[in-house]
Amino acid sequence: MFRQFGLNELLMLLDGLRWTVGLTLLAFAGSFALGLLLLIPRVARWGPPRWAASGWIQAVQGTPLLGLLFVAFFALPLFGWDVSKWVAATLALSVYGSAFLADIWRGAVEAIPPGQWEASAALGLTRWRQLRLVILPQAFTIAIPPTVGFLVQLIKNTSLASVIGVVELSREAQLVNGATFAPFLVYGCVCVLYFALCYPLTAWSRTLEARLAR
Amino acid sequence: MTYTFRFAPVFSRIDQMFDGLLLTLWLTGIVIVAGFALGVAGALAARARARWPRAAVRAYVEAIRNTPLLAQLFFIYFGLPALGLRLDAITAGIITLIVNLGAYTTEIVRGGIDAVPRGQVDAGTALGLTPVQVFFLIVLKPALKTMFPALASQFTLLMLASSILSQIGVTELFHMASLIDSATYRSFEVYAVVCGFYLALALAFRLLFAAIYRVVFAEP
Repeated sequence: MFRQFGLNELLMLLDGLRWTVGLTLLAFAGSFALGLLLLIPRVARWGPPRWAASGWIQAVQGTPLLGLLFVAFFALPLFGWDVSKWVAATLALSVYGSAFLADIWRGAVEAIPPGQWEASAALGLTRWRQLRLVILPQAFTIAIPPTVGFLVQLIKNTSLASVIGVVELSREAQLVNGATFAPFLVYGCVCVLYFALCYPLTAWSRTLEARLAR
Repeated sequence: MTYTFRFAPVFSRIDQMFDGLLLTLWLTGIVIVAGFALGVAGALAARARARWPRAAVRAYVEAIRNTPLLAQLFFIYFGLPALGLRLDAITAGIITLIVNLGAYTTEIVRGGIDAVPRGQVDAGTALGLTPVQVFFLIVLKPALKTMFPALASQFTLLMLASSILSQIGVTELFHMASLIDSATYRSFEVYAVVCGFYLALALAFRLLFAAIYRVVFAEP
């Protein structure tokens, strides 16, 4: 006998949504940190670190997230780290996200006029301090709208963590669907819930972009 | 680390992966052509004078761009049969990808068309070209040139995203990897190899799009 899709089932989906938000926050923090680490060699003056960072970014962008998730899920135990699905999912999403964030931020750094580098060099700042004190603060202002836009991508991408068994909204939906067999209603609700999470951020990103362009 | 890597069982089944690769290429090709056409149609409708086509395109683009592909796929494959629309896995997968790509392409094409100066259209009309000729030769072709990099990376992302169809059992490249995984239990090796396949595909796409760009948009 199937259960009816009712208030309880909707609450289960909302609970899944909570874990989607949690996974997104973890993955965003990881992407942010790894992305910064990648950005520094990516904008280096010396060729080799720049090429290495660029090659890594392109390699990650050329791999499907599904592949990264499975590799992380199966690779970590090989090193004797018996980690949970959550760690594997966070790691894969962070590696994936950092490649895209580093690319977005590189664009922002390159948009800063070269005169800013030259002026801070003329003040006697080292290359690292030029980047940290003069370039990055300005670049971040430009980078905020696309970074918020990327956050939407990340929310959507967390749905793939369901394939390695992380119980977030998409996985919860499969479970609820298995119990109620009301796929139209369940997956319809899931799409609406994702939309409710993503659309405000998309709109916010657009507002920020318009404000910056003014 | 005590684990010994054994790639041999994976490579002995590599022909299965090539079968999957063919299906991935085939469905990516269909989706790119149809999704691009849908995107051009969407961009045209977004510029219509009447209000409702503009509103419809906006709703379509926002709905697709703010929901995950996996949820869209499950909705179409598992949800729609409740309305009497029963699709087999590959049809449902291809339709989902087309609808998805169409929304992203609409935005890209719209931006490209907006960047074409109005004077160019007037000049084309003044030369006696028909509106259809003006659209394809004066507006779309130069617009395509500006938006080509964005389109190329969107198409590559789509090829990578087609791996998601493995979740409803379409026997494309990624699904073949999970089949080999369940036959050999060499999980890490299998998924590392399949990532290499996708990486090679992404690289091939890049070279292909660069070649297309040179041929189509070469200055005379």
